[in-house]
Amino acid sequence: MPLSMISNGQSVLLTDINWGPKLKKKLQDMGLTPGVEMIVISNDTNGSFILKVRDSRLVLGCSVTQQIMVQSIV
Amino acid sequence: MSKSITIALAGNPNSGKTTLFNAFTGARHSVGNWPGVTVEKKEGKIQHNNAQINIVDLPGTYSLSPYSLEEVVARNYIVDESPDVVLNIVDASNIERNLYLSTQLMELGKPVVIALNMMDVAEKRGHKIDCKKLSELLGVPVVPIVAAQKKGIQDLLNTIVDVSKGKIICNPTDVDYGKEIEAKIKETIEVIKDNIYAHKFNPRWLALKVLEEDEAILKTIKLNLSKLQSHEQIAATSEMSLDDDFESVIVDRKYTHIAKIISKAVKKPKVFGLTTSDKIDKVLTNKWLGLPIFAGLMYIAFWFTFSIGNIFLDLIDGYFGALGESVGASLEVAGTADWLNSLVVDGIIGGVGGVLTFVPNIAFLFIAIGILEDSGYMARVAFIMDRAMRKVGLSGKAFIPMLVGFGCSVPAIMGTRTLEEENDRLTAILVSPFMSCGARLPIYILFAGVFFPGKESTVVYSLYMLGIVVAILAALTFKKTLFKGAAVPFIMELPPYRIPTIKGTGIHVWERVKAYILKAGTVIFSACLVIWFILNFNLSGMVEMQDSIGAGIGKVFAPIFAPLGFGNWQAALSLITGLLAKEAVVGSMAVIYGLGEAVGEAAVDGDVVGFISTLKTAGFTQLSAYAFMVFTLLYTPCVAVIGVVKRETNSWKWTGFSVAYQFVVAWVIALLVYQVGGLLGF
Repeated sequence: MPLSMISNGQSVLLTDINWGPKLKKKLQDMGLTPGVEMIVISNDTNGSFILKVRDSRLVLGCSVTQQIMVQSIV
Repeated sequence: MSKSITIALAGNPNSGKTTLFNAFTGARHSVGNWPGVTVEKKEGKIQHNNAQINIVDLPGTYSLSPYSLEEVVARNYIVDESPDVVLNIVDASNIERNLYLSTQLMELGKPVVIALNMMDVAEKRGHKIDCKKLSELLGVPVVPIVAAQKKGIQDLLNTIVDVSKGKIICNPTDVDYGKEIEAKIKETIEVIKDNIYAHKFNPRWLALKVLEEDEAILKTIKLNLSKLQSHEQIAATSEMSLDDDFESVIVDRKYTHIAKIISKAVKKPKVFGLTTSDKIDKVLTNKWLGLPIFAGLMYIAFWFTFSIGNIFLDLIDGYFGALGESVGASLEVAGTADWLNSLVVDGIIGGVGGVLTFVPNIAFLFIAIGILEDSGYMARVAFIMDRAMRKVGLSGKAFIPMLVGFGCSVPAIMGTRTLEEENDRLTAILVSPFMSCGARLPIYILFAGVFFPGKESTVVYSLYMLGIVVAILAALTFKKTLFKGAAVPFIMELPPYRIPTIKGTGIHVWERVKAYILKAGTVIFSACLVIWFILNFNLSGMVEMQDSIGAGIGKVFAPIFAPLGFGNWQAALSLITGLLAKEAVVGSMAVIYGLGEAVGEAAVDGDVVGFISTLKTAGFTQLSAYAFMVFTLLYTPCVAVIGVVKRETNSWKWTGFSVAYQFVVAWVIALLVYQVGGLLGF
C-alpha cells in the first residue's frame, strides 16, 4: 500500500518507489532503499509526512508519499 | 615543511561541516564566490605543525550523482582540483546514511579521512562506535570529533597531515557489487583504459559511471576523446540480468556494504522510540499549533529587535549626536569654511551616523534570526508552510529562501538554487525581495518610532507579515500564469534540534553586523557625499536646499508618489537613493532634514527638535507614513539584489521585469493603503 495511507507512529518496510529515475535515485540516496524500516512521525499537515529512516528525519510531500509503496511490519 | 596541503570538506547537509570549518579557522575565514561555480563556497587557511592547510568547504550533498547542481559541483571539485585530502564529515548520530556518501567519495580514488562528528550526540543516544574497527573495515582513517566543542580537532589535523605526507596510506575497501556487476566493471575498465581522459579518474569509479550512463561523464569523455566504443552496449547488457534498474542496484549494494560494516563496528540499542527532537516536532509541527507558533515566534523576534535593540540605540545615538556637535564646534573654531563644516557634520556624520545608529537593532534582528536558524526551527517552518505553499504551486522548500530574505535578499536569491525546478526557482527569485530585509529595518524603526510611538513592534510586525502575504500572492500569480506547473515533490531532511551556541550564532551575527557597518562606511558614505552635494548645490553654486539639484530631481519624481500620500521631493529623493542600498533612505532623510544625529533619538523618543513638524510640513501623516513604509517594503530592491537577480537568472529580461513589477506592486499596494485607509478615516 502507499505510504500516504499509513497513520502516525506506525512502522513500515519500504517495498518499492514508483517514480522516474531522477527522483527515485534522490530518495534512494537519502536512504530509502527496498526493505528499509521507517516510522511515521507526523502526517499531520494534510499529506506531508515526517518520517524517521536510518536515524534521520525526512520530510516528504504528499505527491511523494503516494508513490512510495510499503508493507506494514507484522 | 613549506608545501601547503589542500583539503576539501565534504559531507551531508547538516553534518556539521560549517561548524568544523569554523572550529578550524576561528574567525579568520573568508566567505567568497568562486568563478564558474554556482554555489557559494567557503575557503580558509590554517597553520598546523609548520604545514599550511587550505580548507575548501564544499556544498553539502547526499550523493555524487549528477542529478543536482551542488552534487556536480562537489564532484567536479574533487575530480578536477584534486585536493590532497578529502575530509569527509560524518554525523555519528546518523552514521548509516552519512557513510553512503563516504562510499562514493572513497570510490573517487583520492585519499579520504573521515571525521566522525557529533560523537556526543551519538553517545547520548546510546550508540557505541568502535572507531578503530570502523577505520579497518572502511580502509581509511576515522577520527572521532565534536566540532561544536572543538574536541578531537588536533587529532584530526595530525591525521590529515600524515595522510598528505603518505605516512598513513588510505586503502579504501571496495563495495562488493556482486559477481555480475563486478565482471562488467572489469570489462569496462578494459574498454576505457586507453581513454586519454581516464587518467584523471579512478578507473573503477569511471567504469561505474560509464555503466550508469552518467551523462556528465560520458559527455566529458566524448568531448575529450570522440570515440569510446561500445560503452552503450555495456550499459545496456548489464541491465538485462538484474532484477531492478542498474542505479538502484548500485545504491542498494552500497547500503548493504555499509550495513555490514556498521553491524561490526557500531552497537545501537534496539529501542526504536521517539527522541526528544521527535517529541518537540510533535508539538511544533502540529496541524493546529504549527502556524500560530510560527507567527508567535516571529512576533517575539521583532519585539526583541525593538525593545532590546532600542536600549542600545539610545546609547549609540547619543554618541553620534555628541560627535557631530563637537566636530562641528571644533571645525568652526578652526575656521573651516561653512560648506566643509556642513559636509562633515551634516553629510558624513549625519548621513553615515544616521545609518550606524541602527546597528544594535540590526544585531538583535540577526541574533533572533540566527537562533531560529541554528536551532533547526527554520527547516520545520518549511514543513509547516508546505500546506499553504502547495496551494500556490510550490513546495514548502521554496519557503526557506524566503525566510532567509528576512536577513538579506542576496543570500535568499542564491538560496533558491536548492529548488530543483527552474520555474520554481524563477518564481522564488522574483518574490523573495518582498520579504523584508534587515536594511529596511532602520526605515521602519525611524518612521514607526516617530509616528506610532508605543506601537512600533506591532506596526513593524504588520509590515513583515504583509511582505510574506504579498510574496505568496505574487508567487501564486506567477505559478498560475507565467510558470504553470504542479508543485515539485517535496523532499527534505529535518535537522535534529540543537541548542544554538553563543559562538556559532555569534559568528553569524558578527558577519552580518560587520557587513552592515562596512556598507555604511563605503556605499552609504559615498551616497551621503553625493546626496549632500546635490542637496547643497545647483549649477549656479551653493544654494538653499529647496533650490538644489537634489530637490529638483525629487520634484520631478514626487508627483508619482502624490497619490500614495508622500508626494514631497524629500521622500522621492530618499526612495531613489534607496536603490543604491535600502539603508540610504534613512541616510538621505538624515541629510535632508539635517538631523542625522537626531535620527536615533527620533526613533526612540518620537519627537525631537521639530522632527515631526518637519516631516509633517513635508506632508507626512500617520497614514502616509505607513504607506511610505509599505512602499519601501515592497519596491524595487537595491542594486546588489538586482545584480544577483541578473546573475542567477542569467537574463536581462527577467532582471528588468523584476525591477519593474516590484515597483508597480509597491505602488499599487501603497496606493490601496493610503486611499482605503483615508476612506476608513485613519
